[in-house]
Amino acid sequence: MAMTRHSDAVAPVRSSGPMTTWLTRHISTAIGSAGRLFRQPFASLMIILVIAVTLAIPAAANLLIKNALSISSGWDNALDFSIYLHRGISESDALDLAQLIAQRADVAAVDFVSAGDALEQFKQQSGFGEALDHLSENPLPHTLIVRPGPSNSVQSMILLQEELGNLPEADIVQVDTEWVQRFHAILDIVRQAIVIGAALLGVAIIVIIGNTIRLDIQNRHEEIEVTKLIGASNAFVRRPFLWSGFWYGLFGSLLALALVQYGLFLLEQPIARLAGLYQSSITVLTLTGGEILSLLGIGVALGLIGSWFAATRHMRRIEPR
Amino acid sequence: MIRLEDVTKRFPGGQEALSGLSFSIDKGEMVFVTGHSGAGKSTLLRLIALIDRPTSGQVIVDGQNTRRVTRRMIPAYRRQIGMVFQDHKLLYDRPVFDNVALPLIIAGMGYREAGRRVRPALEQVGLLHKEKQRPETLSAGEQQRVGIARAIVTRPKLLIADEPTGNLDPDLSLEVMRIFRRFNEVGVTLLIASHDISLIDRLGCRRIALEEGRLARTTDDDIDAGYSSSEAGLDPEAWR
Repeated sequence: MAMTRHSDAVAPVRSSGPMTTWLTRHISTAIGSAGRLFRQPFASLMIILVIAVTLAIPAAANLLIKNALSISSGWDNALDFSIYLHRGISESDALDLAQLIAQRADVAAVDFVSAGDALEQFKQQSGFGEALDHLSENPLPHTLIVRPGPSNSVQSMILLQEELGNLPEADIVQVDTEWVQRFHAILDIVRQAIVIGAALLGVAIIVIIGNTIRLDIQNRHEEIEVTKLIGASNAFVRRPFLWSGFWYGLFGSLLALALVQYGLFLLEQPIARLAGLYQSSITVLTLTGGEILSLLGIGVALGLIGSWFAATRHMRRIEPR
Repeated sequence: MIRLEDVTKRFPGGQEALSGLSFSIDKGEMVFVTGHSGAGKSTLLRLIALIDRPTSGQVIVDGQNTRRVTRRMIPAYRRQIGMVFQDHKLLYDRPVFDNVALPLIIAGMGYREAGRRVRPALEQVGLLHKEKQRPETLSAGEQQRVGIARAIVTRPKLLIADEPTGNLDPDLSLEVMRIFRRFNEVGVTLLIASHDISLIDRLGCRRIALEEGRLARTTDDDIDAGYSSSEAGLDPEAWR
């Protein structure tokens, strides 16, 4: 009879191993929270879309910078600068100096262009050809073309130019590629701006998810009250909301990833056409595996932080009345 | 099982819901708390369930002074007690089975394992065949029985009920009381707040009558009469 069944175990509830319990409990809560998201597909999609766009903006901007750096680093020769030596310096002295400079750690290579070679080149390229033959002596100095090492920053580059310009043999240092340095300096600034912007957007995501969870908690106020009344701890009540935050973050970052990849796909053709015009091949850098993982990780982390804040804050207020 | 020592509960407004109340309930007793609304019945149960704290005095439940139960310990404390409410307090977004399983899930039991306890509990209240239905499709009496199944599924030693028959007609009320009586017979201590004097008289259990937060009279002499049942015109077999 029912009676014996009841009396055979007035023992308290025993549960299986703590680890398996913990795991199965989380799995079932996770599934339950995901189910809740799918039961309100439109509302969930809106939130996920907002998160995705918010994540996609800094991710795409970062990708843009990465590509800009990669393309501009191909312009190594654009960083070259020329040192025009004083007229009185002999060709052998100039060659010695070139070797000396080439030994510097921050210099990759030094090209020596003798005054004679320079004149020869000028004759061919300028079109003055014959007219120059009438010059009694070569007006051009010996020139050293310095290629800085790849490890140079914008600052060390300026320092290098100053140092070499101060050499007694040097007459004029001519940097005809300052715009590349400016470009890199601008990229540096933009990059930092992106970091700041991304941090602000991260805060925005925390607020968005936190607010969503807050509304969810309000809607389930009665349910929370009842579960607390029959012995649920704050942790138990909070768990499904944490999982909701997890899913929002995960789905949001997955969608962000899709948006970025789709953007790359759309840009592929125009970039190829542009590269064709310059008769060069530009390889577009995509997100690396590490970057994809960190995008997902950031999304999930923001989701968890947002939901944790909201749940912890509002959970305490809901007590059985 | 329950002992109150000089318990006073004063609300912020200043009015006293309970004034120096003392009584004790032994293990295995089935006791009714009666009184007009506002006499302090609900307040008393709320103190036992730790929804409220007394202004002064001691509430001791199963040897545990509730004063020493901190906020963090409240969930574990509540899990030892079965609670039945006048408004059932079921969750209407899930089927009967899930409602009854909830205390087990809260206690950390797996879903399948919980099932092995939920079905006997539902069987005891005669609702096994409705486990898949949603609470709103059930009648008030059936919903209350789901609430009872949920309260007893963890096999608590103590069950408290606040006006469990408040919304039920006499037949359903009797049915609910029969279920309570069956638990009592297997050793569960019950404390039931009710104003349904005629029904209580028929059951003949001990009564703690409250009047303006004080003990009005304890009808100890009714206990014997209650258990013999014949006086109330009830055959003991009828309870089963």
